[in-house]
Amino acid sequence: MTEEVILRVKDLRTYFKTDEGTVKAVDGVSFDLHKGETLGIVGESGSGKSVTNLSIINMIPSPPGKIVGGEVLFMDADLLAMPANKIREIRGNKISMIFQDPMTSLNPFLRISTQMTETIILHQGLGKDEAKAKAIEMLKLAGIPAPEKRIDQYPHQFSGGMRQRVMIAMSLSCNPEILIADEPTSALDVTIQAQILDLMKDLTARLGTAVILITHSLGVVAGMCDTLCVMYAGRVVERGATDAVFADPKHPYTQGLIKSVPRLDVASGNRLSSIRGQPPNVIDLPDCCPFYPRCDKAMDICKRKYPAVSRFDDGRSVACWLYSEEKLP
Amino acid sequence: MTKFIIRRLLSLIPTMFVIVTLSFFLIRFAPGGPFSAEKKVPAQVLQNLMKKYHMDESLGRQYLRYFGEILRGDLGPSFRYKDMTVNALIKQSMPNSMLLGTLSLALAVALGIAVGIVSALKQNKWQDYTAMSLAVVGISVPLFVIGPLLQLVFAMQLKWLPTSGWITDRAGLKTLIMPVITLSFPYFAYIARMSRASILEVLRSDYVRTARAKGLKESTVIGKHVLKGALLPIVSYLGPAFSGIITGSIVVETIFLVPGVGKIFVQSALNRDYTLIMGEVIVYSLILIVMNFVVDIVYGFLDPRIAYK
Ligand SMILES: Nc1ncnc2c1ncn2[C@@H]1O[C@H](COP(=O)(O)OP(=O)(O)O)[C@@H](O)[C@H]1O
Ligand SMILES: [Mg+2]
Repeated sequence: MTEEVILRVKDLRTYFKTDEGTVKAVDGVSFDLHKGETLGIVGESGSGKSVTNLSIINMIPSPPGKIVGGEVLFMDADLLAMPANKIREIRGNKISMIFQDPMTSLNPFLRISTQMTETIILHQGLGKDEAKAKAIEMLKLAGIPAPEKRIDQYPHQFSGGMRQRVMIAMSLSCNPEILIADEPTSALDVTIQAQILDLMKDLTARLGTAVILITHSLGVVAGMCDTLCVMYAGRVVERGATDAVFADPKHPYTQGLIKSVPRLDVASGNRLSSIRGQPPNVIDLPDCCPFYPRCDKAMDICKRKYPAVSRFDDGRSVACWLYSEEKLP
Repeated sequence: MTKFIIRRLLSLIPTMFVIVTLSFFLIRFAPGGPFSAEKKVPAQVLQNLMKKYHMDESLGRQYLRYFGEILRGDLGPSFRYKDMTVNALIKQSMPNSMLLGTLSLALAVALGIAVGIVSALKQNKWQDYTAMSLAVVGISVPLFVIGPLLQLVFAMQLKWLPTSGWITDRAGLKTLIMPVITLSFPYFAYIARMSRASILEVLRSDYVRTARAKGLKESTVIGKHVLKGALLPIVSYLGPAFSGIITGSIVVETIFLVPGVGKIFVQSALNRDYTLIMGEVIVYSLILIVMNFVVDIVYGFLDPRIAYK
């Protein structure tokens, strides 16, 4: 990880028009990603993690979705303002993605070789045979046994864990600057999860790829990520270095999340705590802190206005009235 | 694969046996008989007729005799078309029906898929609305309305096409146009709706999202990643569509006076022409079973997840 910022997300807003109203799935998300950094995005399901990342490569299904504001600067170019043919040169090449469900993310009707080489041929201009050799090499790196044989098979001939390995091999085949992994292990068996995470960590470290790792598991973040964004109802409520956030969580939501993780190193006997209440409904949300109904420390102001972001010396930023200097009447 | 094909072919035998047996007895238990319409036939003549067609024997014997004959490929003499064997009648009319049916199915598939693709890609735009309105008409208006309507407009009013007839007539190939359109219309409509729906579904699928995230052009995404999966259901629909076209062709042949199997099928049923009905049932069943069999095999080739053993 260096100081060079390769991706800067500024005040990103993505809304969905639905019959029930406007869903502000992502509402003012900002973060920086440095070269080689692994950034974790955590939050309950529905907090806008996937939408954030689809927005980054401008792949929000529209309609119903629309990116209504913000910038995504990749090497100083705004991805959201790019014409379609330019951003296609970045997708799968400079920024690639892996998705949650390896069982459905590969095309069941095409051989692995076809699916892998099409990306390599497209972005690296290699010939068919060279591309296939490259694909085999990637599969080998990803820990697929007998890749020369397996590459000619179809996805259904692979197990879930193996398919996710194929997805990883495929996504890294053009040596991208950034890998976005959207809950890459949530659909897998626990025993496989660790293997896949290790593989990702190992390969991206070797290739110097920066990673945005979306997960709802703090355990995964602790083991993998340098920095961490906690999302709640379409906003980043806390952001900072992983160690610092775990040691001293500032936002009441982050505190709740960390307390709800079962720990082996703390004497058992205490009941596991959970955050009371339901995840918020992000349809037509008024101006307020969306967490206040579930917050122990809620104040009057929390119901009236979304908190401004407070910055701390360790680089942390937290959106909570508890830390705000700007005290409103 | 070969093993699978052989097994499927062998399973044709019991299926055909059941069909032949059931229809043999069903027809004979239906009221009336081949000679009941001919009024006042002298008793002696009737008796001779019965004897000639072995109808004086017990049902069981007749069944065994019939079975022996069809095993030799002989469908027997027609009861009604004197001096004509069922084999000859079918041989005469079947090619016409097959031509009509195959052309109609081909048209329905080609147009249906094309329109389905356009509709899906232009979802909720005017192209989609136009196509889907046409499809609703095709599905809800029966053949016997569409056919005469076409005749009224294009033959009687505009005089572009002959009202009826067949390619052997003076009007030649022009005679095919209206029957083929009429017969294919409902299947075109169904295939268009089906391919639209299934393309839309695949467009939302995870693997298409993956394809887009790889930076592929939208035309590549559609052509390479969407269509194959989306059109597979059409392949499995071809079996039922073909049988629908065959029964539909009975109506269409009657409307447009096509000398096909459909026309003699209706007559033979009304006349209780036992051997002719049986012959047609056997030939139709064989076509349908073989058609479904072919569809299964083709499907297996197209969908790598299916392994025939
Ligand atoms: N295609 C869509 N249409 C309507 N709403 C959507 C769509 N995709 C996502 N949303 C909404 O956006 C919000 C955030 O979703 P998402 O980013 O998928 O959450 P997660 O954090 O679980 O990945 C949810 O409330 C979801 O209902
Ligand atoms: Mg998600």
